[in-house]
Amino acid sequence: MKRFILKRLLIAVPVLIGITFVIFILLNVVPGDPVALMMGERMSPEIIERVRHQMHLDDPWPVRYVRFLAGAVQGDLGESYKLQRPVADLIVGAFPVTLKLALAAALVAWLIGIPAGILSAVKQYSLTDNFFMGLALTGVSMPVFWTALLFQYVFALKLGWLPVAGFYSAKHLIMPALVLGWSSSGLIARLTRSSLLDVMRHDYIRTARAKGLRNVPVILRHALKNALLPVVTVMALQIAFLLSGSVITESIFNIPGVGRIAVGAIQNRDMPLLQGAVLFTTVLVILGNLAADVLYGWLDPRIRYE
Amino acid sequence: MHDDERVSDNKMKTPDSGQGIAPEKIEVKKDDVETLFGDVFRAFQKNRSALVGLCVVLFITVLALSAPYVLSHDPYTMNLDNRNQPPSEAHWFGTDTYGRDLMARVIFGARISLVIGLIPAFLATCIGSILGVASGFYGGKTDFWIMRLADVVLAFPSLLLAMVIMYTLGANLFNIFIALSIVGWASTSRIVRSQTLALKEKEFVEAARALGVKKRTIIFRHILPNCLPNIMVVFTMSIPSAIMQEAGLSFLGVGAQPPTPSWGLLVSQGKEFIFSAPWVAIIPGVAILILVLAFNFMGDGLRDAIDPYMKD
Repeated sequence: MKRFILKRLLIAVPVLIGITFVIFILLNVVPGDPVALMMGERMSPEIIERVRHQMHLDDPWPVRYVRFLAGAVQGDLGESYKLQRPVADLIVGAFPVTLKLALAAALVAWLIGIPAGILSAVKQYSLTDNFFMGLALTGVSMPVFWTALLFQYVFALKLGWLPVAGFYSAKHLIMPALVLGWSSSGLIARLTRSSLLDVMRHDYIRTARAKGLRNVPVILRHALKNALLPVVTVMALQIAFLLSGSVITESIFNIPGVGRIAVGAIQNRDMPLLQGAVLFTTVLVILGNLAADVLYGWLDPRIRYE
Repeated sequence: MHDDERVSDNKMKTPDSGQGIAPEKIEVKKDDVETLFGDVFRAFQKNRSALVGLCVVLFITVLALSAPYVLSHDPYTMNLDNRNQPPSEAHWFGTDTYGRDLMARVIFGARISLVIGLIPAFLATCIGSILGVASGFYGGKTDFWIMRLADVVLAFPSLLLAMVIMYTLGANLFNIFIALSIVGWASTSRIVRSQTLALKEKEFVEAARALGVKKRTIIFRHILPNCLPNIMVVFTMSIPSAIMQEAGLSFLGVGAQPPTPSWGLLVSQGKEFIFSAPWVAIIPGVAILILVLAFNFMGDGLRDAIDPYMKD
């Protein structure tokens, strides 16, 4: 197991270096001049030159990349142009909010997706199956921002059950979590269904049936255990996906998380803040994938010894 | 393509089997020949939801193409006396914040969504297929570097990477093509690579190699055509996700810019009035949902038809 984890970690390192490089090139080298981009075209060239020098932006880019990497490893992501505060502080401050939203959304996705998937698989090709799978595909096809507006209209305006936006209490979390969770419950439902159908074809299920067990214990006790293996992995991936998927949800519901920071940084042309937010989220996603891999290996010895 | 290969296989085998037995001449009627695409077409035809999806896509395409000829309103003409009007006989979908006819804007928006769905998905599929086949066929260092690049691209949450690219290139429609192509190629390349690895070991590739066929010819004549069914599935599946990503980017303000009637932008402009004029945001969203759903049904149907084992 230790070797398995170590191997996975070693694979993740070049990817981590790769993403820092891509982010750096995209935000620092390609645009030519981040300072001009930030200050607008009307600023005089002398001032731009002075600011460039002050920020060490006139060094060659490999030097700047190494400095960026060295800083990032030590938790220094530079300072926000607009807010004049360390980027790392801003992101660490916003992260708990994003995490809460992602976890709540994941819970929603599983609570909807897994039962729907099980029902579909058990009644394969029935009306129930078609209904749930149609619903799952609809869920996948609904743009998150539109679902959010629809929910706001129905639950906040028409029914008055939930607050429209903001982030002050648990009640404020319900609607964003539903919106974000709904969008990925379709995927979970489809996966649960296909995985369960796959497991149901195995011999040990036939044996269980031959012993005279009823349908429900066969499914819940024998089949589901194995069928949920890939689902568990996807769950870990989903949390990572939801962390990044919250960009749109956070900006609609005005939730002060990492996603809204990223969108705000784009609007304010605040390059260090955008760079920090993207780097942070991507590293989280990679760690999430790593956790999913390890979890899968731990749950399923066949993977570990491959 | 597949028939050609079968025929040439037979030709190659005849000299070997010349142990006194004359090669029998088998007559094949044209109708009996089962081609892969014929098979797929028949399976696809039986799939009702896939057919509905195809019809919806065709309907929207025709509507989008004929938009300037059938619409009585212009999507850009403002009429400030007529702002946020609810759906009526004159304006079936109502009017938007600047009094523009929403139906005209939604139908013109279909052009953008279709183009955005098709072109970046096509570019990404082409890039991914070529890199994937090169990676799988040549192996070694080529394989290593292409796959590490794919790993890095796939590690990014796609919307975030697209956002950063749009930030760098500037927000406009053309740059969305670039951003979505850069984001989309990696998953295709992985799929094509793994299939190339399997095909590389097949006899017909070995035979071609033994005959001294050039590597490039083997790739384009023997390997890529056999990957084509899967590439088609990947392509169909990546259309809806490209449409969704464009809508998301435009909604966040880093995609299409006003007054372009992109659906994501229409929803974004309507969100300010969600409580007073909900149709302005809701109707373009329904349009996205319908088009994406239709493509998803089509993609599912195509996948089931091409690879029945994938079905459940």
